[in-house]
Amino acid sequence: MASIKLAPSKVEKLKEICKKFNNDKGELINVLHAAQETFGYLPAEVQEIVAEELNVSVAHVHGVVSFYSFFTMIPKGEYPISICMGTACYVRGAEKVLDEFKKLLNIKVGETTPDGAFSLNSLRCVGACGLAPVVTVKEKVYGRVAVEDVKGIIEEYKSLE
Amino acid sequence: MAKLKKQIRIALRNCGFINPENIDEYIARDGYMALGKVLETMSPEETIEEIKKSGLRGRGGGGFPTGLKWELTRKVDAEQKYVVCNADEGDPGAFMDRSILEGDPHSVIEAMAINAFCTGASKGLVYIRAEYPLAIERLKIALKQAREYGFLGNNIFGSNFSFDIEIRYGAGAFVCGEETALIHSMEGLRGEPGVKPPFPSEKGYQGMPTNVNNVETYANIPVIILEGADWFNKIGTEKSKGTKVFALAGKVNNVGLVEVPMGITLREVIFDIGGGIKDGKKFKAVQTGGPSGGCLTEAHLDTPIDYDNLINAGSMMGSGGMIVMDEDDCMVSMAKFYLDFTVEESCGKCAPCRIGNKRLYELLDKITEGKGTDEDLFKLRNLATVIKDTSLCGLGQTSPNPVLSTMDNFPEEYEAHVKDSKCFAGQCKALMQYIIEEDACTGCTLCVRVCPVDAISGERKMAHFINQDTCIKCGACMEKCKFGAIYIG
Repeated sequence: MASIKLAPSKVEKLKEICKKFNNDKGELINVLHAAQETFGYLPAEVQEIVAEELNVSVAHVHGVVSFYSFFTMIPKGEYPISICMGTACYVRGAEKVLDEFKKLLNIKVGETTPDGAFSLNSLRCVGACGLAPVVTVKEKVYGRVAVEDVKGIIEEYKSLE
Repeated sequence: MAKLKKQIRIALRNCGFINPENIDEYIARDGYMALGKVLETMSPEETIEEIKKSGLRGRGGGGFPTGLKWELTRKVDAEQKYVVCNADEGDPGAFMDRSILEGDPHSVIEAMAINAFCTGASKGLVYIRAEYPLAIERLKIALKQAREYGFLGNNIFGSNFSFDIEIRYGAGAFVCGEETALIHSMEGLRGEPGVKPPFPSEKGYQGMPTNVNNVETYANIPVIILEGADWFNKIGTEKSKGTKVFALAGKVNNVGLVEVPMGITLREVIFDIGGGIKDGKKFKAVQTGGPSGGCLTEAHLDTPIDYDNLINAGSMMGSGGMIVMDEDDCMVSMAKFYLDFTVEESCGKCAPCRIGNKRLYELLDKITEGKGTDEDLFKLRNLATVIKDTSLCGLGQTSPNPVLSTMDNFPEEYEAHVKDSKCFAGQCKALMQYIIEEDACTGCTLCVRVCPVDAISGERKMAHFINQDTCIKCGACMEKCKFGAIYIG
């Protein structure tokens, strides 16, 4: 096992999370949700500790992390941007909106800007199809987004920097 | 008012009418009366008989008779049984389960308790998508209140029946809507489907008999118990009883959830309730059943909607997504869009789905790039059929449906892409050409200045032209032209 680089306080925190779920391997997904909420992402060290605490192999944990799209091993930006690519949003032009974000932020889907401010993701339906196309930044939802609105949305967060 | 007139609200009866965070409001609308009635006056067998008689079928997409499923779980002898609510609404474009859980969570809790009483389960689990934070929050509040009121816990209504519910979270995997994959996911494993049989009703969660139903299916149960099976089975068609909630979306004027009796036609839903096509454009197709469904055309508009008719028409009910498309939507691109989804969401366990869908996607991509051949069309159909026949679970068995249904219903579009390198809808970028109409061009040179790749040339005050080999089809020239001289050909 690779040496753990996480700060001891964070290791403790992670162990606490596992304990909250009784170190039960059946609760692995719930543990990972809680861990991602705490750390923002699931780097290799986190997965190793979870594996040890729940008494399963690291391969098993990594298998689960890589299977579900909700889990990420790359840190997200401070303002994670998600563009819904569900069918309703797609039909109403989500692809063009996504292209505009890519162009203005100069990153691809799944990447984070060098300054760590924005990351870009596409997701499958947030269930707000009546508002298509939908963009979310952190927890805020933007409905009926047009290509022209993209610049303003980015500016809104840039000014907070 | 046509929008309201044709609707009957059963599953959505309380959504928007009550405060979902206040159990008293649910009780005021006969909430938990059905559970009381079952516990005090009915036996599990009688209850199951009533559900069977109602003709209710699974609303998650499969359409399996609900009463029969309950009976199968009841008949298995085991120490521990489970009741599961499938709230992993992964079908993009469908959001009825989210609305029910956000707007009327108690109806699901009540129905799960009724199910537990019938099947002999003592534990319930709701498997819900992590993408639905508000629904999770409301469900948590509802569970807490139900426990406080004694509708969950030990000795419910003073009987010897005890039952409680836990929440399990999904993590973004479409395949987890398949019940065996869902059970694996709840056990903390990768959400890969298993071979059926054994069905979950025999061997499900933790190897114990498990009854899995969808949110909307549960939401129907309390009404059926209170109003009676004979009231319910008068609504709908011969083989599909009751109502179905559809999520109407896409290029239609009124978008949102509609709950309509089975047997209504697509035309009534799209034109009467949906108010027709947006911006006065022409209706082209309606996609039902999500990534597993198919595209239906004008010819199907008057078909009464039920489980069997939709399957016969080459689509399916699915969870109730209904995406309307107009003349600007390219059907080959649409099929490609769905295949992109399937490739991403295939769990990778069986080869036909893992590899086959990837190849299908590549063929479609080739066609939208204008490089397709006649042979590719043949391969496309052949491969789609093989994937359908040989995949392990519902995801793979239905994933070629968007391809097959668009090939059947819009053969001319595929032909045009392959033979004439033309996309009627003007959506496939590689097949588009920006052309300057000589007579309309004044030679103002504005387009020359905005073109990022210097593809436009011409003398000042003379007609310009676009070099198609250099053009990257960004459309900047067309946007800027004040004389409408540039068109897509």
